[in-house]
Amino acid sequence: MKQSLFESRHQRQWRAFAEQLTQLEQGQAKAGDVADFPHQYRRLCQHLALAQERGYSSYLVDPLQQLALRGHQQLYRHRSQLAANALSFVLADFPRLVREQWRFVLIASLLFFGSLVGIALLVYLFPDLIYSIVSPQQVAEMQGMYDPDASRLGRAAERASSEDWMMFGYYVMHNIGIAFQTFAAGLVFGLGSVFFLIFNGLIIGAVSGHLTEIGYGQTFWSFVIGHGAFELTAIALAGAAGLQLGWALIAPGQLTRGESLRLAARKSVQMLCGVMIFLLIAAFIEAYWSSTTVITPWVKYLVGAVLWLLVGTYLGFAGRNRHAPD
Amino acid sequence: MPSAPLDTRYQIETPEGIDLPLRPAGLVPRVLAFAFDLGVRAVVMGVLLVPLALLGNVGIGLGALLLFLISWWYMVLFEVLNQGCSPGKQVMGLRVVQDDGTPIGWSASLIRNLLRFVDMLPFGYCLGAISCLQHPHFKRLGDLAAGTLVIYREQPLVRPRIPQATALRLPFALDLSEQRAILGFAERQGELSTERVHELASILAAPLQVSPARAAEQLNGVARGLLGPA
Repeated sequence: MKQSLFESRHQRQWRAFAEQLTQLEQGQAKAGDVADFPHQYRRLCQHLALAQERGYSSYLVDPLQQLALRGHQQLYRHRSQLAANALSFVLADFPRLVREQWRFVLIASLLFFGSLVGIALLVYLFPDLIYSIVSPQQVAEMQGMYDPDASRLGRAAERASSEDWMMFGYYVMHNIGIAFQTFAAGLVFGLGSVFFLIFNGLIIGAVSGHLTEIGYGQTFWSFVIGHGAFELTAIALAGAAGLQLGWALIAPGQLTRGESLRLAARKSVQMLCGVMIFLLIAAFIEAYWSSTTVITPWVKYLVGAVLWLLVGTYLGFAGRNRHAPD
Repeated sequence: MPSAPLDTRYQIETPEGIDLPLRPAGLVPRVLAFAFDLGVRAVVMGVLLVPLALLGNVGIGLGALLLFLISWWYMVLFEVLNQGCSPGKQVMGLRVVQDDGTPIGWSASLIRNLLRFVDMLPFGYCLGAISCLQHPHFKRLGDLAAGTLVIYREQPLVRPRIPQATALRLPFALDLSEQRAILGFAERQGELSTERVHELASILAAPLQVSPARAAEQLNGVARGLLGPA
C-alpha cells in the first residue's frame, strides 16, 4: 500500500485518538468517551509498526510514534501505593517495614541514642565539655529557653497562643528538614547518615546533659519527653533509611549496584513517609502540649512515658496479626 | 542490524512490541530549567512573605510551613501533578518519566528530589553534574536511585510539502532505508539551500542514469511515486 493511501485511510482514526489523548492528559475525559481507548491505542501501535515496516517517510512515522508514546503514558502507570493505601500503611505496613529492616534500625538507633546518652553523661560529669561541642552563645540561648522562671517553654520564652502556630511551622520545617538530610546523605555509602546521626546525637545529648547539670533538668525533661518519643525515633528511622541506601551500594549482592540502589530506595522512601508522619505528630505535640507550663511536670512525665510506650508498642507489634486491616 | 546510533536516543519496548524512542536531556538544559525553578521559588517566597510578615506570629508560622513546602515539595508536586513538568522543565521543553517511559509517581519523584541534597554536595551540584556527564542517559544520582529519566518533550511536527514533480517508478527495487532516505530528501528540501540540494542529489546521478543537474528533480519524482496518489 502506498503511503498516501494508508494515510488518507487512517487519518480520521489518528485524529480521534489524538483528541482522546488530549482529554486524558487534561483530566477531562469522561468514562464513556474513552472506553475504547486501549483498543484505539493498540490499533495505533499496529499502524506504527506497519508504517515502519513499509518504509514510510519519517514525517508519517514520527507523529505516529509521538501518539504511541503519549498513549503509552496514559495506558501504563505505576500505581501509587502510598496514596492509595494510606490507612493500611499507617496501621500495618510501616511498623512491618521497620521490623523487616531491624538491622539498620538497630544500627541507626545505637549510633544516635548511643552518642546522645554517652555525651550527655560526659557533659554531666565534666561540665566544661559542653563548650567544645556547642558554642557559648547557643548555650546561653538554651539556658534562657529552659530557665525554670519562664512561663511557657520551647524555643522562645513567654509565648502567646499565636506563637504555638509559629512554633508548629518552625518545628515542621526544621525537624523534617533534618530527617530528610539524614536520609539523603545516606547515599554517600551510608557515611552521611552516620555523620548526621552522631552529629545530632551529640548536640542533643550535650545540651540535655548541660541543662540537667545546671539544675534546669525539671523544665527541660518535662518539655522534651512528650514529643521526644516521636521526634527522636523518627530521626533514628530516617538514619536507618539512609543506611539502607548506603548498604545497597556497599553490598549489592547478586544485583548490579544501580538495580540494588533502586530497590532499596523504593523501600526506604516508604520508611521516610512514616518518618514524616511521626515528625508531624511530634511538631504538633511540641507546639501545643510540651510547651504548656500549666500542667505539673509529673503529669507530663507520665504522658511522656505513655507516648514512648505507645511508639514502642506500635513499631514492635502493630501489623503482626495476619489479618491486619487492609 | 544497524550499528548503534550516534545520538543519545533511549529505546523503550512497549508490551505491544514496538520501540518508542525517548530523547534524554543533557546537563545544560537541565541546569537552565533548575535555575528557572529556583527563580520562580524565590519570587513566590518574596511575594508571599511580605503579607505573612504583617500577620505577626501566625504569619511566621505559615511562612515556615511555606518555606518547607517550597524547598522540599515544589518539585515533587509539580512533577507528579503536572505530567512530569516543573515550570522550569515546561519552559525548557523537558519532562521526567520513569525508566520504562511511564509517568513518574509519588515515590519515584520523592526519591529523586530528596536525593537532590546529595547531588548538591559538596557545593553547586558537583556530584550531580559529574554523574550526569558520565552517564549515557545523563542521570544524576537521584535519577539513578529513583529509576527516572529527564527527556525532551515531544514537539508537534509541521509537515513540509513535497516539491511538485511527476511521479516516477524506478526500474529497480529500493530497500526500506533507501526509500526513507529518498522521502527524507524530498521532505527536507525546504530547509536546504539550492546548491546543497543539487550537491546531494548529484551523488545519485549515476545510479539514476540522469545528468547531475536533473538528479534532484528525478529524486522528487521517485519520492512522489513512493508516496502514491493522494
